[in-house]
Amino acid sequence: MTSNRGPARLTDGRGLVVIRGGRIVDPASGRDEVGDVWMEDGRMIERPSDAREETGGRRPFVIDARGKVVTPGLIDMHVHLREPGREDKETIQSGARAGSAGGFTAVACMPNTDPVIDNAEVVHFVLERARQADIKVYPIGAITKGERGEQLAEIAEMVDAGIVGISDDGKNVDDPAIMRRALEYAKMFGIPVIPHCEDMNLSAGGVMNEGVVSTVLGLKGIPNAAEEVIVARDITLTELTGSRLHIAHVSTAGSVVLIREAKRRGIAVTAEATPHHFSLTDEAVRTYDTNTKVNPPLRTARDVEAIQEGLADGTIDVIATDHAPHTIDDKAVEYDLAPFGLIGLETALGLVIARLVQTGTLSLMDAIRKMTVAPARILGLPGGTLEPGAPADVTVFDPDRQWRVTPDVFLSRSRNSPFYGWTLRGAVEYTIVDGRVSGWAMPGGEKT
Amino acid sequence: MEQVQLRSPHLLGLEELTREEIQLILDTADSFKEVIERPIRKVPALRGKSVVNLFFEPSTRTRISFEIAEKQLSADVINFSASTSSVAKGETLRDTVRNIEAMKVDVVVIRHAAAGAPQFLTRCLTHSVVINAGDGAHEHPTQGLLDLLTIRDRFGRVDGLRVVIVGDIAHSRVARSNIWGLRTMGASVAVCGPPTLIPPGIETMGVEVFYRVEDALREADVINVLRIQLERQHGGLFPTLREYARTFGITPERLIHTKPHAIIMHPGPINRGVELSTDVADSERSVILDQVTNGIAIRMAVLYLLNRGGDDDVE
Amino acid sequence: MPEETTLVLDEKGMFRVMTRIAHEVVERNRGATDIALVGIRRRGDSLAKRLATLISEIEGHPIPVGALDITLYRDDFQTRFPQPVVRKTAIPFDIERRTIILVDDVLYTGRTIRAALDELTDFGRAKRIQLAVLIDRDGRELPIQADYVGEHIPTTPHETVVVRVREVDGEDSVTIERTDRGQGSGVRGQ
Ligand SMILES: [Zn+2]
Repeated sequence: MTSNRGPARLTDGRGLVVIRGGRIVDPASGRDEVGDVWMEDGRMIERPSDAREETGGRRPFVIDARGKVVTPGLIDMHVHLREPGREDKETIQSGARAGSAGGFTAVACMPNTDPVIDNAEVVHFVLERARQADIKVYPIGAITKGERGEQLAEIAEMVDAGIVGISDDGKNVDDPAIMRRALEYAKMFGIPVIPHCEDMNLSAGGVMNEGVVSTVLGLKGIPNAAEEVIVARDITLTELTGSRLHIAHVSTAGSVVLIREAKRRGIAVTAEATPHHFSLTDEAVRTYDTNTKVNPPLRTARDVEAIQEGLADGTIDVIATDHAPHTIDDKAVEYDLAPFGLIGLETALGLVIARLVQTGTLSLMDAIRKMTVAPARILGLPGGTLEPGAPADVTVFDPDRQWRVTPDVFLSRSRNSPFYGWTLRGAVEYTIVDGRVSGWAMPGGEKT
Repeated sequence: MEQVQLRSPHLLGLEELTREEIQLILDTADSFKEVIERPIRKVPALRGKSVVNLFFEPSTRTRISFEIAEKQLSADVINFSASTSSVAKGETLRDTVRNIEAMKVDVVVIRHAAAGAPQFLTRCLTHSVVINAGDGAHEHPTQGLLDLLTIRDRFGRVDGLRVVIVGDIAHSRVARSNIWGLRTMGASVAVCGPPTLIPPGIETMGVEVFYRVEDALREADVINVLRIQLERQHGGLFPTLREYARTFGITPERLIHTKPHAIIMHPGPINRGVELSTDVADSERSVILDQVTNGIAIRMAVLYLLNRGGDDDVE
Repeated sequence: MPEETTLVLDEKGMFRVMTRIAHEVVERNRGATDIALVGIRRRGDSLAKRLATLISEIEGHPIPVGALDITLYRDDFQTRFPQPVVRKTAIPFDIERRTIILVDDVLYTGRTIRAALDELTDFGRAKRIQLAVLIDRDGRELPIQADYVGEHIPTTPHETVVVRVREVDGEDSVTIERTDRGQGSGVRGQ
């Protein structure tokens, strides 16, 4: 698939690069100032004394970032790249390119592929494919074999092969005893366990949030409690085992309360929320648009408010997209039959700026923290900062530029976005991975 | 005088209809009731138009009612049911319907187990009219309209009446269409059933909720009794049909303290002795057979009103 | 707006014309024993009722009257906008073996009468069908002629014949309205 959006590969990662005159926002160091950012041979550096732009000496590649924001490369710790198994929906390469266009320099991909990433061999396959990708791709391994919830996967071998966490995402680990063992076992590797919290009996048959809108539409609802009883259970098990829990895609007000309380009690729990859960309510389902079908479902305005509060007060540490591509054919069916999931890599930053930063819910610093250093620390990744010595992963975006979401802006193989017609703010201009600079034209090629 | 027209080219539900639109359909249906009484029950209004009845769920009654209405309007009728079709071979709804439209069908009447299937069709189709004959637990607009017509026949109005809907509200498209239509036409509506069969937030649709059937019936002018399905017992929504019948079944004893003129409606088919006792179903109060006749008149009216001229004629 | 309005019949004139038609009906059918009148909605059915009263006064027995709504039989309904309102047809007698006199206000293209004949046929086989109209304004598009005509007024398409009856419009009158623009739609008030 080709696009007039690019990227234009501007450097190969070797030599000096300088980003001049941008607003540097680096949450890890607390820096928020106008200045220059330097890198050399794939690493962040201090300004080199022998650098020259006009006269002799070493000539850097110069990016003029006046009026732009310069941040550590964004990290999305929750994406579905569909390879191996459903390369018609997305591949590691296409997903990575979509991520790059969205300002991400690294993603962590969930293991619910076909076959499931539940052994070292599949981890090797993913990492092999990732080597040709535009950005860094870190696999997350399954908690249980085949994500069947019965028997622990070979976690140690997968850790050796390179996984950064474990999750049965897309499915709940129903048996609390298995969940307990997974938490205990994961402790020896220092990796987080990332549960998809959903009581499958409470959610059975549900296709959207349970509430007034599901009643009017006659669609089967998924109550908030389906998420909250498992969030409560997994927090309790984390306390019991003394391990590390990272709760994926928090969607309800009740979950926010549970997590806030757990943190207050010193339990090692972190959490993430998606742009769609802080931007949309179940009202979006009213037209039966299957691009609004997602799990956990879009909730009510009260939940959206609670998620935003959770982001603001630090209860929710991370913004992650849960990018879940599906083909047009997969989604062009009855609402009941459509698969869950929507794509998010290319709209995430725009939604964060338009719905959180512009509204005053989060400072730009806090928003960037939740997309850089916070996920890096949870997964133990290098990067997430502009400090000298860190990998040269940097994102440059224009915080004021508005753009309209249309199907042709996407570089993902899929088009299942619920945000068509929305005007977002914040357009990515450069993503830099290990010093390799990619330049992006405007989404849709238009200025608004 | 400005003449009322239906605003939408399709009939998807009663939620989106205005009072004037419902009035127009009921008045037109009134005229069609006379056609049904004629020696030759056929008028040429839809001559040359083709209608496909696309039934993905078995429903003999609704299908036959639509078919009679279509034939009395002289339309060409094609019946398509899921069991005899390519759906069984895994064809998607979108492909099925696009194929049908390629055959130059003017109207698609659809019954489907998935809520929103008719809305989905309107996005797949370019020129056909879509009529919802029941979609999941969402809406069954022609049933709601025929219930309104039956009530209006009996009372001469709908405004100001008290209508109580008893039974499985949660899974009922009939309940939803009735609630929208009745509220729009000025009736007050109550629903009654065990809490497990009352969907969350139903009050926001403008109805009162009762769990005790005696309390609900006291002020009722109309009692609309819904069919209870055995599957719900297996789904754990109530313990047994026997207990349901005892707690919510409409019996002569339960009607003693109701208004003497209160009528009994039921969308059919009736589980006699469960939601409705035989004595009540066959009593003077029952208007169940009028509902069946009115169903044909309503469907004729809807088919007629949605088959107006092309947009070229709009000035 | 009409440029010019000419009064053709006032209340008295209409009464005179209707009385004459009543006599002609009785004359031509040698009495009125098998006769029933069917008016075409909306103004034809008012005229039919009046005619029935006049005939029964002459003959001394009641004359059955019905009304037809021909909306569902129109050949132009799928292209007309706005859509005509469907009103009730009411034929409260058996038309078999009777002489039916169709009554309408204005005979113009003949298409309304064609639809009425079609609809009437669906109620059974009348012995004979005759047509009575208040105004024949020419302009036929079908081979249809009236048996009884109140007034014959040759008109051009620039002219509109407007019939008002007490029961619908609050007064009895027939006027011709002339417009300059050549798109006079013929009969107004159908
Ligand atoms: Zn998940």
